[in-house]
Amino acid sequence: MRTLEQTTREVLDLASKHFNVPAGSLAPEDDFFKKLGIDSLQTLEMLSRLENHFGIELPDYEVQGVSDFRTLASRIQSRL
Amino acid sequence: MLDLSKYQSIGAALKDALEQFAGEVCLIEADREREKERLTYRDFKDRAHPLAKALQDVGFTAGDRASIIMTNQSKWLISAYAIFYAGGVLVPLDYKLTPDEQWQLLKHSGAKVLITEYPIWRQLNAATGRSDATNVCTVLVTEVPANADLAGADRWEDYRASGEPVFVPRARKDVACIVYSSGTGGRPKGCMMTHENYLEQCVALTSLYPFAPGVRYLSILPTNHAIDFMVGFFGPFICGAAVVHLRTLRPEYVREAFAKYKITYVSLVPLVLKNLQKGLQARFETLSPGKRRALNALVALNKAFTKNRPRLGLSRRLLNQVHEPFGGELRTIIVGGAFTEPRTLQFFYDLGIPVANGYGLTEAGTAITVNDLRPFRADTVGKPLPGMEVRILNPSADGIGEVAVRSKTIMSGYLNEPELTAETIVDGWLMTGDLGRFDPEGHLRLFGRKKNMIVTEEGKNVYPEDIEAVFESLSVKEFCVFAANYIWPERTMVGEQLLLALHLEPGQTYSEELRREISARNSKLLNYKRIHGVVLFGEDFPRTASLKIKRNVLAEQLAKLDRATAFLPL
Repeated sequence: MRTLEQTTREVLDLASKHFNVPAGSLAPEDDFFKKLGIDSLQTLEMLSRLENHFGIELPDYEVQGVSDFRTLASRIQSRL
Repeated sequence: MLDLSKYQSIGAALKDALEQFAGEVCLIEADREREKERLTYRDFKDRAHPLAKALQDVGFTAGDRASIIMTNQSKWLISAYAIFYAGGVLVPLDYKLTPDEQWQLLKHSGAKVLITEYPIWRQLNAATGRSDATNVCTVLVTEVPANADLAGADRWEDYRASGEPVFVPRARKDVACIVYSSGTGGRPKGCMMTHENYLEQCVALTSLYPFAPGVRYLSILPTNHAIDFMVGFFGPFICGAAVVHLRTLRPEYVREAFAKYKITYVSLVPLVLKNLQKGLQARFETLSPGKRRALNALVALNKAFTKNRPRLGLSRRLLNQVHEPFGGELRTIIVGGAFTEPRTLQFFYDLGIPVANGYGLTEAGTAITVNDLRPFRADTVGKPLPGMEVRILNPSADGIGEVAVRSKTIMSGYLNEPELTAETIVDGWLMTGDLGRFDPEGHLRLFGRKKNMIVTEEGKNVYPEDIEAVFESLSVKEFCVFAANYIWPERTMVGEQLLLALHLEPGQTYSEELRREISARNSKLLNYKRIHGVVLFGEDFPRTASLKIKRNVLAEQLAKLDRATAFLPL
């Protein structure tokens, strides 16, 4: 079982790969809309990648109002 | 042309349609690759009537208000029909608002009943706003897990009563829905839409985009939105067509749904349309040079054949490789909610996929103008729909002025806002606040906004005054949020931005610390509501006797500044 810290790290790694930004340039508290310059649709795409990686199904509503990696990771963690 | 003249209400028209098309499929619901449900009109009625009866049993009656806060799904439409059948007024709310915003609108609307889904209810129940909305007496929640805490709500699935409900007739001028066009935090704008508004709009729209049994509409825009309510519920149901709902809107599943369910129509916001365009362009990039040349030649041929009107059969044969992933039966993509860039519209039309762009607002009962595609014009928002009178008020030398509309589809007013209603509807004409001009062919072109607001590419209306609360007690003398185009009109409907006008304390400078503070507060707003920059103003803001900021006067003063140097990006 992953810890929240591990999950957060994996979320950051995946996001940096998916959006092609340098590994280590993202922090848990970062606002992903702002930091990655993405819109809500691209967020949904990122969500699919995360689902595949963690082997879970994350309903769209789970990211409603979420804008930072730490909260996103905790939503994933609750479904692991 | 559809004739709905014999009907007085949405409920009466739907009631007949449910009988007439009893054996036809009306709803398909899918979750990822799984089809969850497929209902005929008979099944739909069998689900809705026990709910209507149960509502009547607790005293829900003519004119009572019931709100729905749900993602797009069968239960949304079943609940809406039950409310109309029982003579109720529907208050469809945006599931993407924050729980406190939802409670605020629930209170404002006076809804007695709330119908929602479990994940939303969990958040609503935890929000402090619940204690204020004492008007909400009955809460029905769908898909509650076994043993979950209902917190005073009832399970939607169990909320059924035996026996036939009594159909409650309504008059054409009665309010059918209260639709919030925007305005949370500040001044909620609840548009009171009458039964006549919907019946007339339905006739007008289906004259251009007909529905019939066998036609399938993919419902992606939220159903609380006026467009999806009309073309993703009322329009198709009146004509016996089917509506397809997806429980996830991940782009990959949306793409799959086109082919899997042979979709005929879909409505999208410009942002999603542009995303589809990007996806197709990326696919074209991967073609070998030879295949790319062949594709370009076919596109050129298609453009020549469809110059005057769409020829769907021909386009599908010529550009089969493009049409096949869309299921091969897509007739039109309806785009709405915000302004769409002409080059995106042209891209799809050249591929033989007509995009019906138009112009409308909730207050006008959805669409005012629609491009009739004869011929296709990417540079305009089309011609007025049947029954719409549109005129340009006080045109300047170049013919541009405020667009005003009069028709039977115009709302009866804003709920509890007589003054705002009187400002918006003058002598029966709806003042849209948008600037436009007609060309010699009778097509309307839009040139920006007269009012202080923006519309995002996702179709969200944002009123600057509604987001000021997040900057309250900022350590400056005073501040005010504006739409940049309101101050410096750019005659464009895209790329609109919000700015924060600041008047600093004497001796105070715009420090990095202050910028960071503004940035931090800004990030608390939903991404589409965020400001893009700051403008410094060296004088006291003009105020009324009751000390409210005179926004229009301040905007005129700010307009004297040079935008290029005055606008400091965050």
